[in-house]
Amino acid sequence: MNLLTVVLFLPLAGFLIALMIPRSSGGGSRAWALVLSLVTFIVSLALPVMFDRGFTGEQFALDVPWIASPDIHFYIAMDGVSLWLVLLSTFLTPICVLISWRYIQHRAKEFYAFLLLLEFGLIGVFIAQDLFLFYVFWEVSLVPMYFLVGIWGHERRIYAAVKFFLFTMAGSVLMLAAIIYLYNRAGTFSYPAIVTMLSSGRLTFAGNEQMLLFLAFFIAFAIKVPLFPLHTWLPDAHVEAPSAGSVMLASVMLKMGTYGILHFCLPMFPSASRTCAPWIAILSIIGIIYGALVSMVQPNMKKLVAYSSVSHLGFVVLGIFSFTQLGLDGAVYQMLNHGISTGALFALVGLLYERKHSLAIGDYGGVAAAAPWLSTAFLITTLASIGLPLLNNFVGEFLVLQGVALSNYTWAIYAAIGVILSACYMLWLYQRVFYGEASEDVRSHVPDLNLREWAAVVPLIVMMIWMGVYSQSFLPPVSKATARVLDQAQINVPFRVQIDRNAEVARAR
Amino acid sequence: MPVSNYVNTGDMIRFLPEIILAIMGTVLMVLDPVLQKRSSNAFGTISVFSLLAALAASAYAYQNAGPAFGGMLTVDGFATFFRILVIVVGILTILPSYRFLARQDAETSEYHALLLYSIAGQCLMAAANELIIVFIGLEISSIASYVLAGYLRDDKRANEAALKYFLLGSFATAFFLYGVALIYGATGSVNLTMVRAAITGSNAPSPVFVGVAAALMFVGLGFKVSASPFQIWAPDVYQGAPTPVTAFLSAGPKAAAFAVFLRIFMTAFEPISNGWEPLVWISALLSMTIGNFAALLQSNVKRLLAYSSIAHAGYVLVALTARSDVGTAAAMFYLAAYAFMNIGAFAVVSHLSGKGERYQNVDDFAGLGQKQPVTAAMLAIFLLSLIGVPLTGGFFGKFYIFKAALESHLVWLTVIGLLNSAVAAYYYLRILVVMYMHEPSEAANNAEPLTPGLSAALILPALGTLLLGIFPSWVLDFAGKSSTLVK
Repeated sequence: MNLLTVVLFLPLAGFLIALMIPRSSGGGSRAWALVLSLVTFIVSLALPVMFDRGFTGEQFALDVPWIASPDIHFYIAMDGVSLWLVLLSTFLTPICVLISWRYIQHRAKEFYAFLLLLEFGLIGVFIAQDLFLFYVFWEVSLVPMYFLVGIWGHERRIYAAVKFFLFTMAGSVLMLAAIIYLYNRAGTFSYPAIVTMLSSGRLTFAGNEQMLLFLAFFIAFAIKVPLFPLHTWLPDAHVEAPSAGSVMLASVMLKMGTYGILHFCLPMFPSASRTCAPWIAILSIIGIIYGALVSMVQPNMKKLVAYSSVSHLGFVVLGIFSFTQLGLDGAVYQMLNHGISTGALFALVGLLYERKHSLAIGDYGGVAAAAPWLSTAFLITTLASIGLPLLNNFVGEFLVLQGVALSNYTWAIYAAIGVILSACYMLWLYQRVFYGEASEDVRSHVPDLNLREWAAVVPLIVMMIWMGVYSQSFLPPVSKATARVLDQAQINVPFRVQIDRNAEVARAR
Repeated sequence: MPVSNYVNTGDMIRFLPEIILAIMGTVLMVLDPVLQKRSSNAFGTISVFSLLAALAASAYAYQNAGPAFGGMLTVDGFATFFRILVIVVGILTILPSYRFLARQDAETSEYHALLLYSIAGQCLMAAANELIIVFIGLEISSIASYVLAGYLRDDKRANEAALKYFLLGSFATAFFLYGVALIYGATGSVNLTMVRAAITGSNAPSPVFVGVAAALMFVGLGFKVSASPFQIWAPDVYQGAPTPVTAFLSAGPKAAAFAVFLRIFMTAFEPISNGWEPLVWISALLSMTIGNFAALLQSNVKRLLAYSSIAHAGYVLVALTARSDVGTAAAMFYLAAYAFMNIGAFAVVSHLSGKGERYQNVDDFAGLGQKQPVTAAMLAIFLLSLIGVPLTGGFFGKFYIFKAALESHLVWLTVIGLLNSAVAAYYYLRILVVMYMHEPSEAANNAEPLTPGLSAALILPALGTLLLGIFPSWVLDFAGKSSTLVK
């Protein structure tokens, strides 16, 4: 049996079994969720080991006919980008179980069941090679997240959950129309087959046609990313979600959008992507600066982190639309970095909330004195998030900025402002929450990390350092995949001169 | 001439489902005084078995497919598909009715007899290949439905529903009959194949004449499928009728009427399809939009589902607008998926509504997820299917319909339809929200435990919905094979 299939279906099996665990078993379902998500993670560790780094194409492919007419296949495979995104999902799920361990007491059975179903949907999105299957996973991952936010969230959870569902739904129905249209034109849902037909010229789109198809896909993805000005669902959903929901939402779900842009929009609609690139880049830059400025004035910690995601994801989109090897590598690396560091931020904010039942920055102060280890973990995460060298975000941001500078220097300058601003709002947050005189309230209510919380936080910090110090463990497969994206799309034609320079830089690296 | 020249065994076999249903309906009436006192459950059980027998008869008739009674009936894959569909709808209507009727102290045989008659009429409609037979089937089905809508005779709203349904329904049938008369005058035939031949033939009647006839039939059938702008009756009737009957009305007669719709417009009137396509286009657009936007404002669940059923009729009309075999197959598939999800949703409403149907508001579903997780999970499946989330029948149905529409280059209709389905998500989500995210209400606290009949009435459609969503080929292949109608 195919290893990738095992990794995909383990969470689904876990979900079905979790539904059958009797409610009376107390902690049975969370223990089950922890065991199963750990097993999934351990099995998925075999993926990078067995992944052939010298080979460019899809790996671990499984192609089984599912529905005869129209011809829909259960076709899964992974390249260097989806490899790490799948690992990110399997890595974060056990952490989410750990940080929810005590916080989720009410209807715990459903909570953990939905968490596993979410993991199934997310893994599926990143490995589906059949457009129809991709859409199925895209929507399937929406349902558990809707329930996670709506049932276990904070006060305005219902508003946030419905808004999240409707935004995503509105975007994705247009994508569905585009997928059906593509099928009618190409006669297949298979993504590799469509790309081959496009590059061999057997399938061509008129300019207008291509633009509409591109927009139908891109808007669905841009809502998920979220790109300014489609981001308004995000602060609501992030703030209202329980911490596990916020972690999965920020770390993995947002990547569905950027992955989609990279994997589908660029190779299938190259000239439309090129035409729209300046506009999208401007929106990304607005997102970077706007997200950072709004973060700066937030009185609510979760909202601050949420807006910082808008800013960070702007970098990713900008990197993709730089159409340079460095920019694309950086964008993918930044997707992973954001997953780790923002995931850690949400987890740590969740731990603070669990202790003091407040998200308001003003209610804290002096936590460093009361909980030194928690503060240290938060500090490392903060520094990672603002892009301190030797921590993960630095590598991604550097590559993105370098790639963007190669294609348009002005964009890079504006984007760099975002890096500076991120240092402002994150350090200011840290200062207000952790330094100063600890009040009696904080002293008595904020104990330090316990063993379970250590287990959740340490792997994240280890990853931040590893990804910051030795990016070569992760980048080579990514570069192979992104090089193919650039190549498949023949998108680099107008940037021919710069591409050669890129190649040199890449070789030197 | 001996009678056997007109009627032979093959004809009788092809007509067997209707025969069984009509006989068993009458038998139920006769048995009423005998069984009434002993066991009131017996009526339901007898009708379920009659329907199962009719199901077997439909399959047997399909083994001997072909025209019957000199071309008045056609037993083909298309007819068999809809016969089986309406019979299954009948079974799924009776299962929740046991408890519902007991709760309202209204267990009589005529409820079941009327249901069987109505289904017999719908089976006839599915197989009809002649306009007069269509009309007879329509009348058998409708008259029984009118009575069923007012079955709870002490209930004011049920009376209003029945009267409204009867008056407007008769009006619509009259329109249809006018159309039939005009066609007979124009072409000298009521047989669909001959009508087609006459319109395309060398001395074809005036296109205006035929067009007016087609338009009149469109009005009549549009009423029966609750397509806009003939949908005004639906919310009141759906709200007032007893809930299992509402479930039945929203699935059975609608499916049969669509069967007739497809058969008439895709065979007899196919040659003039350029003429009627804009009409159906507009009707599809209006149905989807009016249905979905009006449903946003509803607080009564039955009314909400009534508007949603108008919207769903609009989706099926999109498939008709595609004017292709793929479109016909998509409509067939959608009607099957819709029957499962809608009947299931109504079964939950009838379970929860309590004596006198007190609890019908969206807010009455509050906390059902905590009080009755299984019921809530089933309703969640039906609602997600109605929204059109993948891995449910509703999603594949929409997918096939819009695929057929895009193949016929109906890009704008597809885009509007898909955006409509995003709007629709909002009102279905409202029910999910109260069910899972609010504290239990009086209704959820007082909900009875599930009876075996009701469990079956929930689990069978849920399984059907999921099967159609995960393995659609089983039904779709048959629909695809049967969508080429006899022309």
